Amino acid sequence: MRLDTILRVISKLFIPFIFIFALYVQLHGDYGPGGGFQAGVILAAGVILYAIIYGLNAAKRAVPIRLVEFLIPLGVLIYGAVGVWGLLVGDNYLEYNNLSHGNQPHGQERGVFWVEIGVLVTVASTMIAIFYAFAGRGRE
Amino acid sequence: MNLIREIIANYNYLITIFLMVAGLYIVVAKSNMIKTLLGLGVFQTSVYLLYLSPGKILGGTPPILDESFAVYSNPLPHVLILTAIVVGVATLALGLALVVRINEAYGTIEEDEIMDHVDRDDQA
Amino acid sequence: MELLINMVLLTLLAVITVGIIRVRNLFGVVVLAGAYSFLMASVMIVLDAVDVAMTEASVGAGISTVLALGALHLTKTEEAPPRYSAMIPLFVAVGTGAMLIYGTWGLPAFGLADTPMNTGVGLDYLNRNYGETNIPNVVTSVLASYRGFDTLGETTVIFTAGIGVLLLLKRFQREG
Repeated sequence: MRLDTILRVISKLFIPFIFIFALYVQLHGDYGPGGGFQAGVILAAGVILYAIIYGLNAAKRAVPIRLVEFLIPLGVLIYGAVGVWGLLVGDNYLEYNNLSHGNQPHGQERGVFWVEIGVLVTVASTMIAIFYAFAGRGRE
Repeated sequence: MNLIREIIANYNYLITIFLMVAGLYIVVAKSNMIKTLLGLGVFQTSVYLLYLSPGKILGGTPPILDESFAVYSNPLPHVLILTAIVVGVATLALGLALVVRINEAYGTIEEDEIMDHVDRDDQA
Repeated sequence: MELLINMVLLTLLAVITVGIIRVRNLFGVVVLAGAYSFLMASVMIVLDAVDVAMTEASVGAGISTVLALGALHLTKTEEAPPRYSAMIPLFVAVGTGAMLIYGTWGLPAFGLADTPMNTGVGLDYLNRNYGETNIPNVVTSVLASYRGFDTLGETTVIFTAGIGVLLLLKRFQREG
């Protein structure tokens, strides 16, 4: 029996719930405390917990570093794309009203939703990439 | 008695200034680089307290709109400090990466020993 | 009651800061910094800043501690004894503190609702938020809609930090 059996079993139970909690915090950011930053950090914490308990190689098989490096600029691109959409329709940059045919509260809600998705993607992938960089430096 | 009442009324600001001064002391006096970065973190959190304390309204509630509440705390400092916290952690990550590279280049993370190293290289 | 909880938590913060200054084992300092972030999150909840408290708890006590432990693993864990006397930095710090205390003596009392800060733009955002955007959380709507440019800049800062750390620390695996 390995010495870290309790840690492995408990973390295997916990990690799916951590991901669900991150999704909850992201999507309920409009009705309670939450939003993109908090959800991105909680998502990264779930992956980091998996890497600490099961080893860096297992984590790199589950969340490959190429995918993480691809996702880091994608969030900023989503945010910028929401702004450019406003330019293409003829309004100001980052004007959310035209995302739902000029209806102001609906357009604002849609704009905030997409912007928070962009923030979530960038924050989560940046934290995971920074952890991979620190943890992968020691082995040589 | 009046002084004690003044101190209790302004306790937030007194502790904020103590934390700011402590963070400044750690950054200036300590020569270990990781401790300097953590002291910079203490300094930054004291600035967050400095922004959030005047925004609180006694008898108010967090700024999430609901029909049963009338008085809300000021939401504008919360937004600014949220940005500041995330920028602070980005700075800490870059600072720690630089410390790791300095350790690989010089073999130490104490500024005094690195200055000796550089002085020796200059004289050689 | 709120004031009493506030004062106790702030005093604990000051005590932990003295610990961070004096302890020389860096592992202990990192653990103390994590406890400091948790206490700071509690203080922020007492000050009615719930979004900020969640961010400080997850970012300060989570990611900062993990990164500092990673850096400690790659460097040393013990601080060398001080070489120079600490009198001059202490004098500078205490002098700055005295000037700051003199400066904050004229600030308005804690917790009032009619200060210039609480009756300006903040109150304006609270009043017109639900009519223009049907979002109950005012902090999210101000962050993403009224002050959306700042959040774009912040996302770019995180992106830049990630790229910077990857440039400094990534090892390229040679094939074979």
